[in-house]
Amino acid sequence: MADLEKRVPTVIADNAHVVYRIYGSVTAGSNTPVASFKRIVTGKKSGAVREVHAVKGVSFVAYRGEAIGLIGSNGSGKSTLLRAVAGLLPVEQGSIYAAGQPSLLGVNAALMNDLSGERNVTLGCLAMGMTPAEVKEQSAGIIEFSGINENGDFSSLPMRTYSSGMSARLRFSIAAAKKHDVLLIDEALATGDAKFRRRSEQRVRDLRAEAGTVFLVSHSEQSIRDTCERSIWLEKGALRADGPTEDVMKEYEAYMRK
Amino acid sequence: MAQTAVAENDTGLPLKELARRNGLSAAGALPSLPAYTRQLWAYRHFIASYANAKVSSSLGTTRLGMLWQVLTPVINAAVYYVIFGVIIGTKDGAGNFIAYLCTGVFIFGFTQSTVQAGINSITGNLGLIRALHFPRASLPISVALIEARNLIAAMVVLMTIVLFTGEPITLEWLLVVPALLLQSVFNAGLAMFAARIGSKVTDLRQLIPFIMRMWMYSSAVLYPITKFTNHVHGWKLDVLEANPLLVFIELMRHALMENVQLAGSPRRLWLEAAIWTLVVGAGGYIYFWRGEKGYGRG
Repeated sequence: MADLEKRVPTVIADNAHVVYRIYGSVTAGSNTPVASFKRIVTGKKSGAVREVHAVKGVSFVAYRGEAIGLIGSNGSGKSTLLRAVAGLLPVEQGSIYAAGQPSLLGVNAALMNDLSGERNVTLGCLAMGMTPAEVKEQSAGIIEFSGINENGDFSSLPMRTYSSGMSARLRFSIAAAKKHDVLLIDEALATGDAKFRRRSEQRVRDLRAEAGTVFLVSHSEQSIRDTCERSIWLEKGALRADGPTEDVMKEYEAYMRK
Repeated sequence: MAQTAVAENDTGLPLKELARRNGLSAAGALPSLPAYTRQLWAYRHFIASYANAKVSSSLGTTRLGMLWQVLTPVINAAVYYVIFGVIIGTKDGAGNFIAYLCTGVFIFGFTQSTVQAGINSITGNLGLIRALHFPRASLPISVALIEARNLIAAMVVLMTIVLFTGEPITLEWLLVVPALLLQSVFNAGLAMFAARIGSKVTDLRQLIPFIMRMWMYSSAVLYPITKFTNHVHGWKLDVLEANPLLVFIELMRHALMENVQLAGSPRRLWLEAAIWTLVVGAGGYIYFWRGEKGYGRG
């Protein structure tokens, strides 16, 4: 680590805990007025509000120019951690510091399904803080990159008519249109066909070259190996390993085979 | 071996200190009020296009589309006309009862629909909130904007009704504009209040219909204001007459109609409206801003 002086930290997580609440997780047998009344009288915590302690004390430092893969089994808190880094979910304890405003790019990002792809591009770009002039300049390029018009004029149709792959591609294209200091990618590369995947991996490399830091959550081990040289392994909300992708992957694979 | 999680301490600094030295800001820190206002201003185009998008996505699946923006208030007025004008024939106390009633219904409906939409503006958009970064006040404000735009169509309908019932067009009609501007700001403040409370106390949504109905009955929408002045006295009357919606409705009646009995002098009504707008507008904004970072939690 001779180049220590040059390494600029962009994201620092300091013992971060994330808890979120879920309403309406009513289990069978508790959804009668009598049961609700009993719960209030006995002072028991409402079964309709559940707390999920999704990230438990994670610490790491990410540096400029790094691409970091987040791995772990389903429900291990990867997406939640990304949301906390993006500042979208508040940390309950500890803290997360970031340079500039990290942007989360996920397949769950809600766009408006009743609107056409074009209008979603405009709306998404404005929501990322672009000016109308920038949006006008970029929107053709975004639709071009997403490739949704390859099989006919889909960009003027409502998004609810898109296949899941198409809408994931459009979402990725929108988010990747802006230069980000810190870009957080949630499973986005796993969708789309082989051609789009190659294109998007290239875009991720470009974004990294523009001095940003990239976090990637994916279940595709191949796409993590291809894009990230460092990996963080989360299990049950706790950090299990952090290091070069090859080493972490080996351990992770051994764990998963058990 | 891969446990290089301690690598962050290779500089020997505590993480907090490392963050400070490199100028990193805590994710989820609350911006100052002026900074937040600047952010919100920078997002004005988003607010406008979100409001547009919301309207076209809710009406986009109907066959008549945007025509509903006009049809809804027309049908609304028609319902009240049939019940009160034709079937019951209420006339006592107010000279031109149809115009009196429709003004009340439309102006009350403006605030009512803003509150109802505002209370869902956070809970109904959690996906958007958890995915993208924008000042959250954009959501309740765009809700207020949508309702203000719907009101423009409704006002055209209302003015037609008022003219048909025999009121003349006077210079006082110009007062409609400042009255609606005040009410729009008041509504935006109320929408922000409702949005934050609605995101924390999800039970409130069940109570809103009753609160709004109570509010409607105490705002002299369906019956003449003289019902209050004849039956209630002293401080109780003062409280009733300070009701902001009563004030806004009275101001509109004063602007559009001749010979209408008001709850107070126009001067007092304008003053009350201005005070309510300032208190609720600024109060709602500050209250909403204080919760800014917690909205993603759900």
